Amino acid sequence: MALEKHVFGGIDIPGNTDIKVYEANGGYATWKKLLQDRIEPGQVIDIVKASGLRGRGGAGFPTGLKWSFVPKDSTKPKYLLCNADESEPGTFKDREILEKSPHQLLEGMAIAAYSFGAHAAYVYLRGEFVKGWKHVEAAIDQARAAGYLGKNIFGSGFDLEIHTHRGGGAYICGEETALIESLEGKRGMPRIKPPFPAVEGFYRCPTVVNNVETLAAVPKIMEQGAEWYRQWGTEKSPGTKLWSVCGHVERPGVYEVPLGYPMKKFFEEEIGGCWQGRKLKAVIPGGSSVYCMTPEEFLACNMDYESIAEHGSMLGSGGMIVMDETTCMVEMAQVIATFYHHESCGQCTPCREGTGWVHRMITDIEAGQPQPGVRDLLFDVMDEMFGTTICPLSDSIVMPIKSMMEKFPEEFEYYIREGKSMITGKTRLAHKRIEEKSDLYRRGDPFNYPKSGDFTTSFDSVAHETPEFELPDLRYFRKVNG
Amino acid sequence: MAYQLSPENQARVKEISARYPHPRSGILPALHIVMAETGWVSQDACDHIADLLGVAKIYVYEALTFYTYFPQKPVGKYHVQVCQNIACNLRGAENLIDYMKQKHGLTEGEVTEDGLFCLDRVECLGACGGAPMMQVNDDYYEDLTTEKIDQLFDGWRKAAGNGHQ
Repeated sequence: MALEKHVFGGIDIPGNTDIKVYEANGGYATWKKLLQDRIEPGQVIDIVKASGLRGRGGAGFPTGLKWSFVPKDSTKPKYLLCNADESEPGTFKDREILEKSPHQLLEGMAIAAYSFGAHAAYVYLRGEFVKGWKHVEAAIDQARAAGYLGKNIFGSGFDLEIHTHRGGGAYICGEETALIESLEGKRGMPRIKPPFPAVEGFYRCPTVVNNVETLAAVPKIMEQGAEWYRQWGTEKSPGTKLWSVCGHVERPGVYEVPLGYPMKKFFEEEIGGCWQGRKLKAVIPGGSSVYCMTPEEFLACNMDYESIAEHGSMLGSGGMIVMDETTCMVEMAQVIATFYHHESCGQCTPCREGTGWVHRMITDIEAGQPQPGVRDLLFDVMDEMFGTTICPLSDSIVMPIKSMMEKFPEEFEYYIREGKSMITGKTRLAHKRIEEKSDLYRRGDPFNYPKSGDFTTSFDSVAHETPEFELPDLRYFRKVNG
Repeated sequence: MAYQLSPENQARVKEISARYPHPRSGILPALHIVMAETGWVSQDACDHIADLLGVAKIYVYEALTFYTYFPQKPVGKYHVQVCQNIACNLRGAENLIDYMKQKHGLTEGEVTEDGLFCLDRVECLGACGGAPMMQVNDDYYEDLTTEKIDQLFDGWRKAAGNGHQ
């Protein structure tokens, strides 16, 4: 149990939500010094670029580079958005920062906003994080009262206001353009890129969207320097990463790990290996949107972006989900499929319809009533869904399910043939065949728009006319076999 | 009479929507404020929000039907939202959901007869280290066991029985 927190030690300091505790441990000194020494904004970007900090939300895009995309000569107001919509299954690291070290996040946001000239920043928190929201709100009030936010901060002439904004339970709003749409008060439907948010984002102004962990790493990097951050990690993946470990392990929790750390060592020594003395069966290393790994692949890799990619998966958000030998992989696939079907925004046909098909087909397998040729049809549908949509949610359902079906084919074949799980011997969803109408609320259902019959007032709006639709028969179309 | 937020909350909605370049951004904050007052969002409340913000009603309806966090019908005194996603499933969430249904008489999507509990399955709540877990109103309850569930539900029933509902 030797892994120390270097960048995120603030999480473990008791009372760190109080600005006095944060300041006593050196907090906000970097922000103050930056302003008082009149450091050039471009220099801030250079330091973050040199540190090699990459986006920690899942995409791993170089942070300094992202900030440098904001056009310096633009006359439009610029915005910094903090993506605190942590909804990737298996990921729970941002919650630690929001609840236990919110000032660290605010200081990081202030430095980031300064670097590219934003004077308004929003923390977009998922609606369910009520405690995190309250702590961040309180921290903003304290920071403003102490003069770290507001107008003409420390006489530097730089203004900055930070506000919170609560989401409403939509996973898709973690995608940066969907987050921007949601912040504009609309349904969180991603936009096609280009134009990229740095050029046209929030209300078509230059916008940078960064994850909580990315922004919270910035104060320490500015304080200690790029070389300090590079003492950990690898050439291409410098620094440290917060890993959220959950599932069938002895010690689930949030761990700060230098990138490139050997996975086997971490698994056995830090998190205690598979729980209850059981055997490891599969691991999804980066939140549910990445490929599933077998124990051989998992234990052979190092915990950095490149090594995990070489061993067949992705680092993603660092949400490590561990599965032991008692896990039925078909059940896991069904749970994952339910999630993505639920969360699809409905814009793109391959995703809106495809997540539905995949969900219903796997549910039918688990109900003991698969349609003939379901395995081939599943692969066929998933092929149509990969890389064909505006945002990667469609890819995100394909990756875990395809890898499970390819790496554990005997389980799927058994369930299809015998009508029960190879692992548990049961037909798990025997009474849950999805027939006429899905009992699952789907935000992406095109018929989920309000119909004038539902609402008893006439629409006096200017922008839309709601079309009249009949709820269709949602049984999926059966392909004729052969 | 059509639903109206309290005067303080109406002022809050206006103050918050002024933080954005355009009042349409105030829709989600306003929905949260309505939910804090009544526990759910009605069509009346949507029309009221549209009036307060000066936006078309359809924009509020669109948001309400997309963002599943806002219940569109009453959800009892305690909205019991249990995570059904991977990590919680791996650590026994399904058994606990069955336990809540059988031992404590909860039904999915419906409020119990005493008006106290509505059970809903939700997706990942970002607390997988404490799986299996649930969110009840504003609070997270993690590392759930049948004993913990008994304690919590008995406590809530007692509190409801002692006080006014």
